[in-house]
Amino acid sequence: MCLGIPAKVISILDKENGTALVETGGVRREACVSLLSLQGKSINNLIGEWVLLHVGFAMAIIDQQEALDTLALIASLDGIDANND
Amino acid sequence: MKQAMNFRDPHRVNRLIKCIQAKAAPVAERLGRPLQIMEVCGGHTHAIVNTGLNQLLPSSIELIHGPGCPVCVLPTHAIDQAVALAEYSNHILVSFGDPLRVPGSQHSLLDAKAKGAQINTIYSPLDALKLAKSYPNKTIVFFAIGFDTTIPSTACTLQMALQQGISNFRVLCHHICLIPVLMTLLKQQEIQLDGFLGPGHVSMVIGVQAYKPIVQKYHKPLVIAGFEPVDILHALYKLVQQFSTQKYAVQNAYSHVVSATGNQPAQQAINEVFISGVDAKWRGLGLVPISGLSIRPQYRSLDATLLLEKKYCTKQESDPTYCKKVLTGSLKPQHCPWFGNKCTPHHPQSGLMVSSEGACAAFYSSSTKAKQG
Ligand code: SF4
Repeated sequence: MCLGIPAKVISILDKENGTALVETGGVRREACVSLLSLQGKSINNLIGEWVLLHVGFAMAIIDQQEALDTLALIASLDGIDANND
Repeated sequence: MKQAMNFRDPHRVNRLIKCIQAKAAPVAERLGRPLQIMEVCGGHTHAIVNTGLNQLLPSSIELIHGPGCPVCVLPTHAIDQAVALAEYSNHILVSFGDPLRVPGSQHSLLDAKAKGAQINTIYSPLDALKLAKSYPNKTIVFFAIGFDTTIPSTACTLQMALQQGISNFRVLCHHICLIPVLMTLLKQQEIQLDGFLGPGHVSMVIGVQAYKPIVQKYHKPLVIAGFEPVDILHALYKLVQQFSTQKYAVQNAYSHVVSATGNQPAQQAINEVFISGVDAKWRGLGLVPISGLSIRPQYRSLDATLLLEKKYCTKQESDPTYCKKVLTGSLKPQHCPWFGNKCTPHHPQSGLMVSSEGACAAFYSSSTKAKQG
């Protein structure tokens, strides 16, 4: 029950209470985004971002570039081309 | 997400296994035994057993399934308290689905529900808050369990309840923290542990730095891992690299989700609502110092323990000793004499056989799948 699932932020529902509409596996649901660290940016910047959703709360913003970098690193380690799929 | 697919790529999986083997074999030879690596998180246990990674790994590595499934370590008295609170006629107890089948000293929550107690399963604590608004004449008790990943959501929900003046909402807090139990395990001489696969989602809350004291004090490496097969293998590779150079550190192999300092607003919410460092009982492990939390006095009006009669606050634990051995890695689930006969997912003796993230349930479901296949 500790697992988070990736979800995409579709729109902000309530700025004040920090709720957003998110989509995961084709299903849309309301989620709380108020625990995310926005580092001074507006909550609207979350639209289009991938987050990790856990029991209805977005707990981390998934860094797409880091994910790609990790895969590239693994590929360099094992000698496979990261883009061969 | 496109990348999610790439993290399952079979070529990459096979190559990584070969790389791990090449590094781990000389270390195991030096030690004269396989490396003992504990995957702390139940999510990892589930992923490892379900994808069959445990069977693909070389014999130089042995994975130990750790106590990192909150449902598995939920103590009997927590269930007894939840059952007692559910039995009041004007209460609705709300819980995640997983704890329902965990046995209490008399009943599970599922038994209590069959006998007429009002128990609703929810996906999010926010659903509990909604329920409280819809039923102003009932007291809604949220059975709050889970590790550091789940604690912020409960904290945030309590903050909302107080702000919005929702007075018929209560929280029965049985949250626990992961780092104190790692410390406790490392103090126990009889457990042979060489290093840890760190929990991905707990770490997104507490951050990489939180593990530093463990490595400094006990000189055991810990690498934080994601949950896809390539993520897990990548972390194992980083671990065996550390064993071969014999320089031990905390490393992060899940950096697209986990940062050095973790989720700061979540940590602030926890500190605002809870007092941490309270001793807590874990099923199978007994008292784990400073692993629990209690609700701060400002939130006392929302604390469900105040609704309990005294007798429910001090219950003895009565768990099969096998479960403790499995939780600490000294017994493999399938070697427990009760596995698959006296203890099955339909008649669980402990949380380990209940949750899909429990080691016993994970092995049970993979063994029945293998039989059917
Ligand atoms: S099989 Fe059942 S009794 Fe045996 S260790 Fe697992 S949960 Fe405990």
